[in-house]
Amino acid sequence: MVRFTAVGLRYPSPDGGMGPEALADLTFTLPEGSFTWLLGASGAGKSSLLRLLHLALLPTRGELEVLGERVRRERRAALPALRRRIGVVFQDFRLLPYLSAFDNVALPLRLAGRSEASLRPDVTEMLRWVGLQGKELALPEQLSGGEQQRIAIARAVVTRPALLVADEPTGNLDSHQARRLLALLTQMNRLGTTVVVATHSEDLVAQFAAPALVLDQGRVVQYG
Amino acid sequence: MAERRSRYARDPLGLRRALSDRLLPGLVAAMALLAALALAGTHGAAALKERWQQGAAAAVTVQIPPEQAGRMDQALILLREMPEVASAEAVSPDRMRELLRPWLGEVPALPLPSVLELRLVNPAIDPEPIARRLSEAVPGAEVESHGIWVARLAALARSVQGVALAVLVLVVGVAVAVVAVATRAGLAARRQAIEILHDLGATQDYIAGRFARRIGLLAASGALAGAALAVPTLAALSGVAAPLAGGMIQPWSSLPWLDLVLLPPVAGAIGWATAQVSVRRWLRRLP
Repeated sequence: MVRFTAVGLRYPSPDGGMGPEALADLTFTLPEGSFTWLLGASGAGKSSLLRLLHLALLPTRGELEVLGERVRRERRAALPALRRRIGVVFQDFRLLPYLSAFDNVALPLRLAGRSEASLRPDVTEMLRWVGLQGKELALPEQLSGGEQQRIAIARAVVTRPALLVADEPTGNLDSHQARRLLALLTQMNRLGTTVVVATHSEDLVAQFAAPALVLDQGRVVQYG
Repeated sequence: MAERRSRYARDPLGLRRALSDRLLPGLVAAMALLAALALAGTHGAAALKERWQQGAAAAVTVQIPPEQAGRMDQALILLREMPEVASAEAVSPDRMRELLRPWLGEVPALPLPSVLELRLVNPAIDPEPIARRLSEAVPGAEVESHGIWVARLAALARSVQGVALAVLVLVVGVAVAVVAVATRAGLAARRQAIEILHDLGATQDYIAGRFARRIGLLAASGALAGAALAVPTLAALSGVAAPLAGGMIQPWSSLPWLDLVLLPPVAGAIGWATAQVSVRRWLRRLP
């Protein structure tokens, strides 16, 4: 379960202080095992909200609860374990350029302490699922944008996360791959994963009926 | 290709590329060489001071004028009976000529004074009462102590030790600064990778540990090269310093081997600890 209570977020300003609130008074609850579309115009705060969800940022006010754990700035040591239960598909992929496709996908498993022998079948299966079997040793620069995005998706889901957060996950995919991705997301959702997907794609939203959280100028204007 | 994959898997931050295996080890090697020289200087000065104090400070020379040469045995008996005197020996005329040859050349006709060499039981003993009692029995006898020279040489040795220790402290300080700068360069080069790993759930221990292991290894390898370079340098310096120690120094056996062996692990530990502190401080900016 994810719960926001009067959450606000400010970014540091260049003068060392804090800038205006990028997100303000966010209060909503995402039930465990739910699927939510995150919608809004560019600059509405979708990426900031996603960064709060996967704990890349912490709120500057209000209370945030992720996967049943209250997130506190003073308990930073507990955050890495919580982050490892969250899968993230970044808008800009954020692959490590000097690691192969296999090693990029295996990264979250290695961070979780999985042995080399036990992670190999999972990584291989994930790469096969996203259609990149045979490209295990390719570096990101040797792959197309769509292939890189599929690597990022495989990395996000290989740990079977309890919360999956995706920022424009179909931006570089053709319609066939986009449908496959949506099938993967809904399949994971059926298995109990809470899924939040930020997108501009009306086609994608139309393919799967789910509640939508709509942001405008850093505030929730619609949820349901 | 499989080898490359496993290599990169062991280095998810790409630190083998971000932290050059030439610049940092090269700088640490130079500092390890300086540290080895400083340590050798400390030990050398301490050994010389010890030798001078044990040898020259305890040695007292007694000069008996030529007209009293017949009373040499009386003087020796008197001196050997004194409790402050550990030993008293006459310096033979042949040895006297040998000692004076560099200064006076061959002068067989020159009348030489009779000289006795004493060793006191304690270098701190004042030789003045000995001289007084001796001159009462053998008029004209003179006692010459080398204490003042030894005191000056010992002060010089202590100064050399102090300077060497100051150099050592300075070298350690510069090493810490160099490692901190190298770590920051590595952090800047791998900023995005660190943020990605952080977002995927890497702990501070994991990230700081990766940096610390790499930098500790580079520092230790640099110090190993510096210590290896120091061995022939110190052996050559020992050879040069041998006459000052009465030719007692053997170039290879007198090297500070323990210090040289300890240099790489100590440099590695300094690198490891400095990297840990630098990285953890940098990671505080991440949530």
